[in-house]
Amino acid sequence: MAKKGDVVIQIEKCKGCELCIASCPQNVLAMSDKVNAKGFRYAVKVNSDCTGCANCAVVCPDAVITVYREK
Amino acid sequence: MAENLIKPENLVYEKSKSMTERELHYCPGCGHGTAHRMLAEAIDDLDIQGETIGIAPVGCSVLAYYYFDVDMLEAAHGRAPAVATGIKRVLPEKYVFTYQGDGDLAAIGTAETIHACNRGENILIVFINNGIYGMTGGQMAPTTLENMKSTTSPRGRDIKTMGNPLKISELVAELPGTYYATRHSVHTPANARKTKRAFKKALEYQKENKGTCLVEVVSNCPSNWKMTPAESNKWMEENMFPFYPLGDIKTPK
Repeated sequence: MAKKGDVVIQIEKCKGCELCIASCPQNVLAMSDKVNAKGFRYAVKVNSDCTGCANCAVVCPDAVITVYREK
Repeated sequence: MAENLIKPENLVYEKSKSMTERELHYCPGCGHGTAHRMLAEAIDDLDIQGETIGIAPVGCSVLAYYYFDVDMLEAAHGRAPAVATGIKRVLPEKYVFTYQGDGDLAAIGTAETIHACNRGENILIVFINNGIYGMTGGQMAPTTLENMKSTTSPRGRDIKTMGNPLKISELVAELPGTYYATRHSVHTPANARKTKRAFKKALEYQKENKGTCLVEVVSNCPSNWKMTPAESNKWMEENMFPFYPLGDIKTPK
């Protein structure tokens, strides 16, 4: 079974470009219904299928995502 | 299974240490942020943060000196390779890079770019090509594609009256001083990782005093192309990549 991972998203830095959503092979991420202080909808985790591949974080222009993976 | 994975020992990816905590001013989905990060990560991997000097251009990335946590200098428009030449000659043991857009490097700075490459200065030139003047509002750049619309070519670039798009990487690859010229993109995770490897290679060549290295990053401009970030990446794949094919243009023999 694939290793479990998790992401931490700094929602106040997110600009809602949605590139992370397209890059996630597990469809873990989606856009929020709320907006942050900048007025952008931000990325949120919608399930626990994350494998910690870090694709979302690599493609995030604003470096808002930190990725963890079980050892 | 509600095990908490968010512990320092499980960390696999975080923002590069060679970048500051400052929020980037770029538009949502702009490739500049990812290109900054990949270059910063290459600097991290080689552990040369304290020995790197960057030159910021004029253009969207004019504020790059706020984001890279290395010594940075701001050059006059287009003059980054000339400034980098001076710094590298005075401090030859340092790693020197310029970070320039297409309006800076391929338009006003064409002379500096070509002569720095021709002299074979031991610098890394990072060239972000989105085919448009981003900061000033989307005017036509030398790199604008045929029939591509911009604010100064509203009906599309007409080759007869507006000239041909310029492939600057192919141009400098012909010069004897250029050691390594390559073209990448940062719009997908795989491409971004390849770009980082190219930056690393170029910095390693610089250590060996091999000559000028130019890494072009074909990028998007969602705001001025008037598309969403996802649409702009798709448009880039369909229109930019056929004219600016990704891959190595000049590799060491």
